[in-house]
Amino acid sequence: MNGRRLTVRTPEGIVFSWPLAGPVSRMLALLIDLACVGGAFYIVQQAIRVLDMASADWATGIAVLLYFALQIGYGIAFEWMWRGQTIGKRVLRIRVIDGEGLRLTPGQIILRNLLRAVDSLPVFYAVGGVASAVTRHTQRLGDLAANTVVILHQQAAAPELSEALRLRYNSLRQWPHLCARLRQRSTPEEAGAALEAILRREELDAEPRLEVFDDLARHFQGKVEFPAEALDGLSSEQYLRDVVQVLFETGARGRG
Amino acid sequence: MIIDLERFFARNRPRWQELEKLLDGLESGARPDYNQARRLHYLYERTSADLARLSTFAAESEAGAYLSGLVGRAYAEIYETRRRKARFSPRRWFFREFPRTFRRHIGAFALALALTAAGSAFGAFALAIDSDAKQVLMPFAGLEGDPGERVHREESGQNQVLRGHRSTFSAELMTHNMRVSFFTLALGITWGVGSVLMLFYNGVILGAVAFDYVRAGYTTFLLGWLMPHGVVEIPAILVAGQASFVLAGALLGRGDRRPRRERLRQATPAVVTLAGGTAVMLVWAGIVESFISQYHRPVLPYEAKIAFGCVELLLLAAFLGFSGRKEEAP
Repeated sequence: MNGRRLTVRTPEGIVFSWPLAGPVSRMLALLIDLACVGGAFYIVQQAIRVLDMASADWATGIAVLLYFALQIGYGIAFEWMWRGQTIGKRVLRIRVIDGEGLRLTPGQIILRNLLRAVDSLPVFYAVGGVASAVTRHTQRLGDLAANTVVILHQQAAAPELSEALRLRYNSLRQWPHLCARLRQRSTPEEAGAALEAILRREELDAEPRLEVFDDLARHFQGKVEFPAEALDGLSSEQYLRDVVQVLFETGARGRG
Repeated sequence: MIIDLERFFARNRPRWQELEKLLDGLESGARPDYNQARRLHYLYERTSADLARLSTFAAESEAGAYLSGLVGRAYAEIYETRRRKARFSPRRWFFREFPRTFRRHIGAFALALALTAAGSAFGAFALAIDSDAKQVLMPFAGLEGDPGERVHREESGQNQVLRGHRSTFSAELMTHNMRVSFFTLALGITWGVGSVLMLFYNGVILGAVAFDYVRAGYTTFLLGWLMPHGVVEIPAILVAGQASFVLAGALLGRGDRRPRRERLRQATPAVVTLAGGTAVMLVWAGIVESFISQYHRPVLPYEAKIAFGCVELLLLAAFLGFSGRKEEAP
């Protein structure tokens, strides 16, 4: 296990990991949850007003019990129903999971929620906040006791390679020995960075986009020098697309 | 070597999607039959291999995150060895699980009891040697007054504070006591230090109040007032203390060489069961305190209230001592 990720090594030797949620996203989720509890209690209170006519004493008694049940039960009920998420956690895309990557049990959910009594001391989760800031897996005391962690939960979709990579013509391919050398000299991390840049290029503003692609193009040009005619008329972005296509061998093997 | 991602995705995507679908079903509570379980294991192994391959030969982070998520979900389903109950039965839980858990951790209960008793002795002793300590020891102004005056007020029917507010009072008692109990339980995370202080302090208050009334000659009133709810409420707080010591014991792990996480994992069901038991006991105590304990002579004779308390105590002892014992493994 390392840094701000929860890493699990399976008995088969496979390693998978989740990014951990930081104290700020957890605090924001908590604020949303508190607002939800407050809102739910307001609605319940309005509904109970009907009882006021029959017995004000009973109405107040029920309101006291329901408020307590909401405070204690909100986190437990939602984390159980939504597999580690409350409304606030869902909005912030974070999720409680078992610290070993196993299934979250009701006992763990109840325990981590009961320990809010200590985590919330002395005011507004100061103890829990400090604990999550200093522990390796950003765990508050309730998480430590229940052996749970809160992760960033980004539901990744089944991967699709962008159409952008399927070019009709790739001038670099006319020099297969240089392409082979490029593949040999590029690490998976470098190839991944180039692919990410291509896939996410629309997210960048014009100026940073130019800079990013210029930098990356320079980096790959430093690895293998293609003849000038191969690069003739190519922008940095087009060059990088060709490089990525070569590195990942997408589609047009042998073409060009 | 960097893998041909497009071909890699095209070839393996159907398998990943099948695994995803299977996991969706399992996570929504479906139980796999033999063939599904085998298929799940096969898909998990293949997808794990895909993840390993992708991590080694490519750095495509989106696909990596997708496969990592899939493998993680499948891992959780396959390697979870903790028993999953088919259906939660409140009756079975209350009459079997709770008393059996209580008995299994009777040592922690004895420790909570001893601390409360020590606190009570200290509270009584402090009040015996210094009557002015009352202002310091009593948590509510209502307990600081003269016991004689209170008894007179209660028995003459002058104390009308609760008239028309008994339900509210009962609800407030329940929630207050549950908060205190859950807080005591949660203090187990301080390696039990906070729980020790909390139980001792509760004992101090109890001892001081009891001594105050006994010294003033109102023992019968005291028993009639406290016993109907106290014989359940005090054990409930002790059970919360017991849970906190189970938690603290798992944290400390004396004589247990297993990792802390493993010890906590094993202790969690017991802590949660004891917390649930505490809550149920406090609901009963809250009702009794509001609707029986606060009525005094001449409305309810003290003898009847004391007898009621004794019956409750016997039933509670029998329940915690014997309920669910038949099925208990030797």
